[in-house]
Amino acid sequence: MGHYYLRRTARMFVTVFLVASLSFGLIRLLPGGPFSLLRANLLRQGVPASEVDARIANLQNIRPDAPLWEQYADYMLAAGQGDFGTSIALGEPVSRIIAQAVPWTVFIVLVSTVLIFVFGILLGAIQAYWEGSRFDQLVSGVSVTLMSVPFYVVAVLALFVFAYQFGWFPTAGTVGVGVETGVNMAFFTSALHHAALPIFSYTITGIGGQALAMRGNSIQVLGNDYVEVARLRGLSDSRIATRYVARNAILPLYTGFLLLLGFRLGGTVILEQIFSYPGLGYYMWSALESNDYPLMMGTFLVITVALVIGVYIADLTYGMIDPRISRGESDAY
Amino acid sequence: MPTEADENENVSWRSDSGVSADVTRWERADEFFEERIRKPAIVAWADRRTRIGLLILGIYLGMALIAVFDLYRAPSTNQATQLAGPFQSWDYPLGTTMSGVDLLSLIIHSTPDILLMIIAGSVWATGVAVLVGTLAGYKGGVVDRVLMSISDVVMAIPGLPLVIILAVTFNPKNPIVLGILININYWAGLGRSLRSQVLTIREDSYVEASRTMGVSTPRILQKDIIPNLMPYVTVNFVFAARYVVFASIGLFFLGVLPYSAQNWGVTLNYAYSGGALFTWEAAHWLIFPMIAIMGLSLGLILLGQGMDRVFNPRVRTRLAENSESTRTKTDAAMTEDH
Repeated sequence: MGHYYLRRTARMFVTVFLVASLSFGLIRLLPGGPFSLLRANLLRQGVPASEVDARIANLQNIRPDAPLWEQYADYMLAAGQGDFGTSIALGEPVSRIIAQAVPWTVFIVLVSTVLIFVFGILLGAIQAYWEGSRFDQLVSGVSVTLMSVPFYVVAVLALFVFAYQFGWFPTAGTVGVGVETGVNMAFFTSALHHAALPIFSYTITGIGGQALAMRGNSIQVLGNDYVEVARLRGLSDSRIATRYVARNAILPLYTGFLLLLGFRLGGTVILEQIFSYPGLGYYMWSALESNDYPLMMGTFLVITVALVIGVYIADLTYGMIDPRISRGESDAY
Repeated sequence: MPTEADENENVSWRSDSGVSADVTRWERADEFFEERIRKPAIVAWADRRTRIGLLILGIYLGMALIAVFDLYRAPSTNQATQLAGPFQSWDYPLGTTMSGVDLLSLIIHSTPDILLMIIAGSVWATGVAVLVGTLAGYKGGVVDRVLMSISDVVMAIPGLPLVIILAVTFNPKNPIVLGILININYWAGLGRSLRSQVLTIREDSYVEASRTMGVSTPRILQKDIIPNLMPYVTVNFVFAARYVVFASIGLFFLGVLPYSAQNWGVTLNYAYSGGALFTWEAAHWLIFPMIAIMGLSLGLILLGQGMDRVFNPRVRTRLAENSESTRTKTDAAMTEDH
C-alpha cells in the first residue's frame, strides 16, 4: 500500500516535469520564435540593440545567446521556483498575475464539479430506483438533451438573457467595483453574484451525463447477487441503498472524475472569456490574443499542475475507498 | 509420411476459419454478415434513439452533400439586406447577418468541413486508443507499464489549453489535421479503459489456446481481442465525435483556431462580437448556429446510446432465442426496459 502512494507521488512530479519540458519545447516552435516579438518591442521602445538580449534574459529567464541545454536548465529552474518571467502585454510578473487568477478558477471549477456530482448522483440513483417510471423517462430525456448542449452555448444565452436583457447579474468581473477583498459578507455575496452564471452554465450541462452514468451503474449493481443476499439477510432498505448499491455505483464515477476535472479546467479558457471573468483561462486567452508567450505558457503550466494535483488527490482517496486499486500488475506475455 | 505438424499447417485451428472443410468461403461470409451486421443492425434499429440519431445525422450528411455539390448558393457578403429577421421571406428563411450574408447558406456550407473534422478526430482518438489499450493490456509487463505511464502523463494535460497552444504553434487549417489536433490527447483515457477490458478478455480460454499454439501477437490482437472490444469502441467513437464538435466550435468561437472557410463557431464569434448579445433583433444570428451545433451533438449522443443498446446482452439474448419474430420481440423488450 505504501509502495503505491510512493509510486503515485513520484509520477505526479514526473508528469509536471514532462509538461514543463514540453512547454519549453513548444515555445521554441512558436511562430517567429519566442523572442522576435519582444525584441521588436524593445527596439521600438528605444532600448539599444546591445542591451536587448540582456533585457530579454531579464524578462523571460532565458538568455537568447546561451546554448539550448543551458536555456532549458535556466527555464526549468526558474519554473521550479514559480518564476515564469514577465508578461509582455501587462508588464507584471507572470507569477503575480497567476496568483491572483488561480483562486477564482479553482472556485468555479470546484463548486461546479461538486454540484455536478451531487445532483448527478442523486438524480441517477432515484432514476435507477424507480426504473421505468415516468420520472425516469423524463429525467433521461432531459439528460440527453442537456448533454448535447455545449456549456458555452448556455453561457452565451445566460449572459444574453439574465445579464444583458434583464440585468440580474453582472456581465464581467469577479467582484463588484469597490468591494474590499476579505472575510466579510459584502465580498462573499458579490463574489457569488459574479460567479453565479459561470457556475450555472458549467453545472447544468454536466449533470445529465453524470445522472445517466449513475443510473446505468446502479441498475447494474442492483442486479448483482450480493444485493439479493443483503435483502435476504433482512437488512434495511436504506442500508442496502447506501452501503451496497450507492457505494459500488459511485466508484466508477469517481475514476471518471479525473477526465471530468480535466475538461472543466481546460474549458475555463472558453467560459471565463465569455463572462470576462479574470481567472486562469481568461488570462490564457488574453495572452494568446496579444502574443504574450510568457503569460501563455505560465497559465498553461499552472492549469496543468492544478489538474495533476486534483487527479493526485482523487487517486489517493480512491485507493482508500477501493482497496483493489493497489493490487499488483498483470504477468507479462 | 504426413506428420501431425504438417496437418497443423494446412488446417488452421482458429475458431472462425477452420470449422470444417465443407464450409465454403461464401457461407462463412454469410454467417459473418448475419452475426456481426444484420442482427446488431436489427437490434439497433429497434431502438427509437438510434433511428432518431441516424435521421439527424442523415440530415447533416445531406447538408454536407448540398454544399459539396453546390446545390445551394454559397454565402457572400451583401447578398441580401442586412440583419433580416428569420422566417420572413423564402429567399432567406433563417434571416441574414450584419453584413448581409444568408444565414442558411452559411450553416449549410459549414457542414462538410465540420463533418470531416469530426471523423478525422474520432478515428484518430479511437484508433490510437485501441492500439495502446490492446497492446498494453495483452502484453502486460514492461510494455504495459511504459504505455500506461505515457497515457497517464498525456491524460494529465488539460485538453483545450494544449490544443490552443498547439494551434498557435502549428497554425493548421486543414479540417482533418484540426480534427486530429483537437483530439490529440483524447486517446489516453479511452486507452486506459480498453486496457482493463483486455485484461479480462486475455484470460479467456480461446485466447489462451491461440497463445499456446504460437499464434503471433498481432494476429491474436486482431482476431481474438479487438472484435470483442468493438462494441465499446463504437460507442466511444461517437462520444469522441461529440467532443470534437464541442471543442472545435468552442475554439472557433473564441477565435483561437485558424480557419479558412465558414464554420458555425466562426459565425458565432462574429455574431458575438457584432453585438448580437445586446439586442433581440440580432438574436437569430446567434441562435441558429447554436441549434446546428446542438442538433449534431444530439444526433451523435442518441446514436451512441442506441449503439450501447445493441451490445446489451439482455436484448441480444431475446433476439438469439427467436430470430423469426425479432421485430416484435425486441420492441417488447424495449418497452419493458423503458
